[in-house]
Parts: sequence; C-alpha cells; structure tokens
Amino acid sequence: MKYSSEQLAWLIRRHGIEMTHISSGSHIGAVMSVADVMAVLYAEVLKYDAQNPKWSKRDRFILSKGHAGASVYAALAESGFFPVEELKTHYANGSRLSGHVSHHVPGVDFSTGSLGHGLSAGAGMAYALKKDGKSCRAFVVLGDGECNEGSVWEAAMFANHFRLNNLVAIVDRNHMQSMDFTENTLEMEDFAAKWKAFGWNVIDVKNGNDHAELKQAFAQTEKNFHETHKPTVIVANTIKGYGVSYMQNDILWHYRFPHDGWEYDTAVSELHQKKPAGVEDVYTPNGIENPVHPTESDDINRDHTYSYTWKTSYPEKMRRVEAPSGSMEREHQL
Amino acid sequence: MRDTFVKTLIELAKKDKTIELVTGDLGFGVLKSFWEQRPDQFTNAGVAEQNMTSMAAGMALEGKTVFTYSIGNFPTLRCLEQIRNDCAYHGANVKIVCVGGGFVYGSLGMSHQATEDIAIMRALPGVVVMAPADLVEAEECTKALAAYKGTAYLRLGRGGEKRIHDKIEGFQIGKAIKMYDGEKIAIFSTGAIFEEVQSAYDELKAKALDPLVYTFPTVKPIDKETIAACAEKCDYIFTVEEHNVAGGFGSAVAEVLAEMKAKKAVLVRIGMEDEYAVKVGNQKYLRKQYGIDGTAIVRKVMEAFDE
Repeated sequence: MKYSSEQLAWLIRRHGIEMTHISSGSHIGAVMSVADVMAVLYAEVLKYDAQNPKWSKRDRFILSKGHAGASVYAALAESGFFPVEELKTHYANGSRLSGHVSHHVPGVDFSTGSLGHGLSAGAGMAYALKKDGKSCRAFVVLGDGECNEGSVWEAAMFANHFRLNNLVAIVDRNHMQSMDFTENTLEMEDFAAKWKAFGWNVIDVKNGNDHAELKQAFAQTEKNFHETHKPTVIVANTIKGYGVSYMQNDILWHYRFPHDGWEYDTAVSELHQKKPAGVEDVYTPNGIENPVHPTESDDINRDHTYSYTWKTSYPEKMRRVEAPSGSMEREHQL
Repeated sequence: MRDTFVKTLIELAKKDKTIELVTGDLGFGVLKSFWEQRPDQFTNAGVAEQNMTSMAAGMALEGKTVFTYSIGNFPTLRCLEQIRNDCAYHGANVKIVCVGGGFVYGSLGMSHQATEDIAIMRALPGVVVMAPADLVEAEECTKALAAYKGTAYLRLGRGGEKRIHDKIEGFQIGKAIKMYDGEKIAIFSTGAIFEEVQSAYDELKAKALDPLVYTFPTVKPIDKETIAACAEKCDYIFTVEEHNVAGGFGSAVAEVLAEMKAKKAVLVRIGMEDEYAVKVGNQKYLRKQYGIDGTAIVRKVMEAFDE
C-alpha cells in the first residue's frame, strides 16, 4: 500500500507513540519532530525498491540522528520493507529494531546512534556514486543538536570542496537537544548562514512540519542537483514533540515515554482527532474510548530545561531562549 | 617502508580501480607518486580525520577499497569511534594506514608517538592488525590487505628499515615468519623493532644462546599455532614491541599462553612499561631510554636466564 506523505506521517507518529510506550523507550520528541520529513522522503522523494533493499540505483539514506530510529523503522515497515507487526519488538530482547538505527534492518543503509557520523558517511557514499557516474543521490537527516559535533562541519567542508551536488542534508531543526533549547546549550546564532558560509545551497523551510513546504524544498534539491555544483541543506524548522500538544517544546519528552494513563491516552486521542482518511490504527482502531485526562498535579506544561535554574557567575550577559512547554512556537532565535 | 607501501599500492591501484587512497593532509612527498599516477583514485580529505574515516566507510559501502592514511595516532585514536561504528561494525572495506608506529616521530613529542595503537585497534572486533618488520613484509601486507575484504589496520615504520627477507614464500595474514631456528629461547616481535631484535640475536648468538626468532607481521588474528608450538618447546618466550606492554602484541601472545592447558615457556614482555615518553629524542635514543633496544633485550633475556 502506497501512502500519501500525510498518511505516512500520521502512521509514523502513531507507531512512534506505541513503540516507545511498549518498550519504555526514549526520544519520542525527536520522532514527532522529524516524522514529516521522514514521511515526505519515503512517500515522495527517495527512490527505493522495498522488495530489493540493496537495489544499486536506490537513493542512499542515513538517519544520522539515530535516536529517532523509531521514525525510520516505521517508515520502512509502512513502505513494505518488513512487516508492520515487527515494530512492536522495538528495544525488545531478540529484536532487530535497536533503539538507535541498525543496518541489520532491511532498507537501512547505515547504522547510527553516535552523533556526527552520518553526514560524513553520506558524503563518502555520494563521492563514490559520483566517481562511478551513478545518478542516484545520498540523503542524510541530522539533528540540530547534533551539529554541536565538530565532525559535522568537517563533513560540510568536504562535501562542498568535492562538489557533492548529489548529497542532500536535512536538519531537523526542532530547536531542542537533550537538556534544553539549542540556543541555551551552545548558541547556533544564524544556523542557515553557517551552512551558507560553508558553501552549501541552503533552503530554509519555515515550517518543517508542513508537507507542502517540504515538498517544495525537496523539489528544489533536485533542481540544485542538476543545475548547481554544490551540496544542498534543508533547514527544516520543526517543533519537538509535534503532534501531541503536551510534548511540544517540552524537553521532558526527549527521554520520557508515554506511560499508561493520561500520557498515552491523550497522545493517542490527539492523534485520532487528526487521523487522515485511508489509514488504520492497528493498535487502537477507534481511538481511546474513555481517555484518562491529566490533572493539576500531573507534570505537564512545566519548564524542564536545565537552564531554568541556571545563573551565570560571569560578568557577561548570558542570553536564554524561552518558549512555553506545550506551545507551538517554532523559531527560537536569540 | 612507507615508500614501499606507496609503490606497492600504486601497482595494485593500476590493476584494481576500486582502490582509493585518502589522506588526512599528510604524506607530502611520500604520496606524490600515487597522486601523479592515480589522480582519480586519490583524495586529500584535509585535516579532518573523523570525516575522513566515516567518509571512507561510506565509499567502501559503495564498493571501493579505501586506504586511509596519516601519521602517528591521527588515523586511529583521533577517530576511533568512526573506525568502530562506521568501519568495523559495517564490515566496511577500509584499511587504516599509520605511518610512524612507536617512536618513529620520537623527537616531535608524545603527541606523535603511536604507542597504544596496537592494543586499541586489536580490541575492535573483526579488525585485522598488521605491523610489518621490513620492506618485504610491508609489500606483502599491503598486497594481502588490498585483497582482504574488511576493516584492517596497517602500522608502518617510516623508512630506512633494513631489508631482512629476500622474499617471503606463502605469506598469509595471521601467519608468523620464522627468522632463526633455536631451542630454549624464543623471541617474537612485530613491526620495525625487529632491527633491535636482530642486534640482540647477534649478541645472544655470540653467547651461544641460539634463540628461535619469529616476526609477527599480523598481530590479529594472532598465530596461535606458532605460539603454542614454541610454548611447548621453549623455556622462555620474549615478546618485543615498540608499544606499551598493556594490551599490545605481548598481551596478545599472553592471551594464547594463558589458555593453554600445558606449556613449558615463561613469558617475558618487552615494551614500554606503561608510561609515556617524557624524554626528548629520536627513535634510536628513545628505544634505548625506554628499554626496548638491542642491548635492553639482551639484558632482559640474560636476567631471565640467570634466575
């Protein structure tokens, strides 16, 4: 069954909630932010053959932010690489679906989990593909927090220098990393300008959860591939936890999983309110009948960032981004 | 030795178009003949070893046989996780080449002394570790690794090592090479430190001790048969390496001995005694200072023998 990108994005989110719920797994916030990028890639952009995962003319894909593994596993299963049923084994003993991305899963080109490796590996693939005169491309999805890693910028320099116009990086710019907003961790300042300064074609997507904007950006990457000599980066401004209101812009959900009770019920209920026609929820086909709701005493809509209590002893004026937990704020420039 | 490596690789690269040489911006002069003769198979990845190594893995997964090249610890420790996750775990066909194992770049200081690399590289599952003793071994190692599908580490000396073999019959990854026959004492070494073993051998021979001597161009997989045979026959096995004793070649031999049910030989490991080189000097000088030159080897053999 071939899904539209909107349908696939919904399925990725629904699987993500279930997979982290069952496994007590982490990183649901990242899965939710990147779901739309992944869905557009697998529904509309990447060339692949689910029956022949090693097809030599496929586009190469690396999810460098390997902690969002559930999103690629869900995309692959729903695209026919392996049974959807297997998603329930995420994190489980004897499973192929490790928390971070594993190449022992059909359709996965490269294992990740340690940040800052994927863009280099993708550059190597793109470089070899160009040397061999092949016309397929390499796509790498990075996190914005991941760009703290120096090796990302080594790869950025390399890819530009060797004119890897067949390499596309997509940064899931959800503005948060493990403990706080990116700008409260290591300021990125003008992030798009950094890539520009490294010689890349830069496509700034204002709403990286909007499929129309994403599709337009990917169309531009294809144009760049044929018309320019440079690699292209899409900076997709997303919202961490997007799609479940209480997870949005709340760093708690980088690690926390939806527990039984209001957390799971609210997440599933909210997703069902926006369920596109033509998709089935294999876990809760009709949603949750009598959902448990959060109460005043529950840990919701609070600031969980580490810098909340951080007071510098420096004389310099430190700056701090603040966006309310649960909000829809998308850009947190200092 | 590095020149032999480059010369051999050029010949191999002419026949095998999948061979790629990637340097981390080192090898000026040394690699010139390669980039002149095989320009399409050469890449300077810049001073960026982490990217170089993951990038090499990406190329290898697309069918290339990639040699990454740098000096000292730069192609190994600097990008260890890239070797582990991206090369070794993926079984990527990447050969990591280090010029300057041990004290080659002695006077440049500890940053440039590769003295833990063997231990660290051999701890990575599936990674072949080789350290040739002379030009002939270097050529054989290069050929064997180009043909081997998988991740490997090649630790080279610098240049000027004496030729010790005329030629090697039936060279194989994982096989030690017998240099001298003997009985009571066996001396094993890996890499260019063999020249110190040679001078020790000459002195011991003059004392009528006749050691059995092997070079081990491969540290992993280690030649268990040779070690076991010597352990049954000899009273002592001495291992010599230009490397820390912790986890290195001597430790690899020790692991084999420790698991043997019956053995005669006592093991003495000769290497750096778990310390960094704080003294300044060239390779010869530092070998002497840290007790791994020919004289020190003779002294340690005699001490063991006198007990």
